[in-house]
Amino acid sequence: MKDMLIEERTAMEDVKISAKDVNVWYGDTHAIKDVSVEIKDKTVTAFIGPSGCGKSTFLRCINRMNDTIDICRVEGLITLDGQDIYDPKVDPVQLRAKVGMVFQKPNPFPKSIYDNVAYGPRIHGLARNKAELDEIVENSLRRAALWNEAKDRLQSPGTGLSGGQQQRLCIARAIATEPEVLLMDEPCSALDPIATAQVEELIDELRTSYSVIIVTHSMQQAARVSQRTAFFHLGSLVEYGETDRIFTNPVDPRTEAYITGRIG
Amino acid sequence: MTDATSGSGGASSLFTVDALTRKRNAAETRFRAYGIIAITVSLLFLVILLGTIIRNGMPAFQQSFITLPVHLDAAKLDKNGNRNPDDLKKVTTFGYGPLIDRALEVHVAELGIETPFTKAKELNPLLSASAAAIVRDQVLASPDLIGKTVEFRILASSRVDGYLKGRVTRDSVARDKSINAEHLDLADALRKEGVLTKGFNWDFITGADASESRPEQAGIGVSMLGSFFMMLVVLIFSLPIGVAASIYLEEFAAKNRFNDLIEVNISNLAAVPSIVFGILGLAVFIQFAHLPQSAPLVGGLVLTLMTLPTIIISTRASLKSVPPSIRDAALGVGASKMQSVFHHVLPLAMPGILTGTIIGLAQALGETAPLLLIGMVGYIASNYPNGIAEGFLNPNSAMPAQIYEWAKRADPAYYERAWGGIIILLLFLMTMNIIAIILRRKFERRW
Ligand SMILES: Nc1ncnc2c1ncn2[C@@H]1O[C@H](COP(=O)(O)OP(=O)(O)O)[C@@H](O)[C@H]1O
Ligand SMILES: [Mg+2]
Repeated sequence: MKDMLIEERTAMEDVKISAKDVNVWYGDTHAIKDVSVEIKDKTVTAFIGPSGCGKSTFLRCINRMNDTIDICRVEGLITLDGQDIYDPKVDPVQLRAKVGMVFQKPNPFPKSIYDNVAYGPRIHGLARNKAELDEIVENSLRRAALWNEAKDRLQSPGTGLSGGQQQRLCIARAIATEPEVLLMDEPCSALDPIATAQVEELIDELRTSYSVIIVTHSMQQAARVSQRTAFFHLGSLVEYGETDRIFTNPVDPRTEAYITGRIG
Repeated sequence: MTDATSGSGGASSLFTVDALTRKRNAAETRFRAYGIIAITVSLLFLVILLGTIIRNGMPAFQQSFITLPVHLDAAKLDKNGNRNPDDLKKVTTFGYGPLIDRALEVHVAELGIETPFTKAKELNPLLSASAAAIVRDQVLASPDLIGKTVEFRILASSRVDGYLKGRVTRDSVARDKSINAEHLDLADALRKEGVLTKGFNWDFITGADASESRPEQAGIGVSMLGSFFMMLVVLIFSLPIGVAASIYLEEFAAKNRFNDLIEVNISNLAAVPSIVFGILGLAVFIQFAHLPQSAPLVGGLVLTLMTLPTIIISTRASLKSVPPSIRDAALGVGASKMQSVFHHVLPLAMPGILTGTIIGLAQALGETAPLLLIGMVGYIASNYPNGIAEGFLNPNSAMPAQIYEWAKRADPAYYERAWGGIIILLLFLMTMNIIAIILRRKFERRW
């Protein structure tokens, strides 16, 4: 991280997502309290914090998945490339094509591997013909490091893959729609260590093209894959900064307590 | 540690069963015994039920016929001798009846059977009252037959048929004015000669109902068509409406008081007695909308009302059982709500929806009470509908109504037909259930 090139450093300065004074309520539960954060492009940002502190909730604000929960109410300003994503003119469906999401539990569609990946491009009209679609599928599977394992069984069901392969399939599915931001909610919590390592490698890879936000329970994982880290506690953003600094030199006593294992 | 592994007596040995465990095991054994008893009893009842139905109903699928050469006397049937169809039609069944009686008399004499009967007319109780109509229809269809001697397979009367099946005995004949023991002697002789035979009765399955005095001619076919057109109406209306309503309620409707109220009401509707739907149908479809009485269209609409809650409840249950992660996945790649439902949720819910629909249809097929009030039980059609529009709009009945009608009639031959109708109805229900199972197996997918 320290020997970062100058160009990369300037690239990192581009703000992709900016949140200002975001508050979220589930009915009467105040789940996110006055969170303001700027997330940079071509960077992996980790959200850490004890469970129930609102990491997933905040993540789901960024692609407006919270809209699907009736009792959920979001206040504040969140912008993507300077555009307010909660503006009434914004169609959340269009937003979600730009902000892909990978869920905690691998959730491939009960369809073939090919159809899993091709679904997004199909509904967004990204391919004009079968050949283009084939290409998108192949590229996405390659980038998700699944091509070699899946190329001979593209027509077999995605649900027949192992857990780690399923999660990489979900990543391939998410990147097939050419999103700009990739949200990952504890993508490795259901995986074994080998599959975890593969996915982490993949995340590092994806950083070259996307702004990646990953929620994780594992501080080692945050340290391994992310450049920036945000620590949440009881719905508030306690500390946000370069990962190295957060882990070596936390400013807030709560952050220190968490990373040294005293709360969580 | 040494204590526990030594097994040398002591309270904690694995080899002695303590009192509590023994009690628990005894309770388990008892529970299993209750279960086996319960299943045995229900199986026993099932066997008794099916056995009774088959024993009573099977004879309806057999019918007795008399194979008889009839001389079609041109002098009687075509006085002008020009085979003009209009003239031929003027000869009614009364013109044919004596010919057939005479033919039977001649045939009996030819076979050398001794009878105490002196007049041809006295042989009439052996033959179905429909005999003349059967012969007349064939003659009108091909007038060249006139003047020739043609072999006809004529229905035996229901008494003779019952005698062959054991329903009519010499004791019961003693109290019967329409037939006597001499007729039965003759029937025995004809049977020996192979003139009187029993065969499979297709007309029972395909035919129309007959008058009270001709049970041997009655069939369930026309009311089966009535049921078929009703089921078509039920399917056409209840499946799309039911599925659309369920999808809306389950996937789109906000969770609020109003929608909770709707939900409670749908569950209540499923428990409303079917006759209530009947009177509603009478008021709305017949008295208000002036749709034709006794029409399968109206019956189908009433049964649609009755079936909808069943379909909605089962569809909602199967939509609910689709894991939310599938919806998240679809929304996550930028599918709209509707796309996520139609591309992913609905296909996964399909087996449950189909099963619910078929079970709802099967229920509707066996329903009689709501049909009472819209005139589908009182009126029994005796002709096939002419085309599809008539099938929906002409008065007709339904299988259970036809069965009820037969069971009401005095003649034991009709009682036998009622049981036969039950067998056909059950076959339909079984087929539908099997289709439901096959569809479920076929569409069932793991995730
Ligand atoms: N669908 C929901 N309905 C009501 N409350 C919720 C819902 N999802 C999360 N919450 C509440 O919001 C808070 C934050 O949850 P979450 O964002 O899932 O935390 P994390 O992902 O950090 O473990 C918790 O108190 C949780 O109970
Ligand atoms: Mg979470």
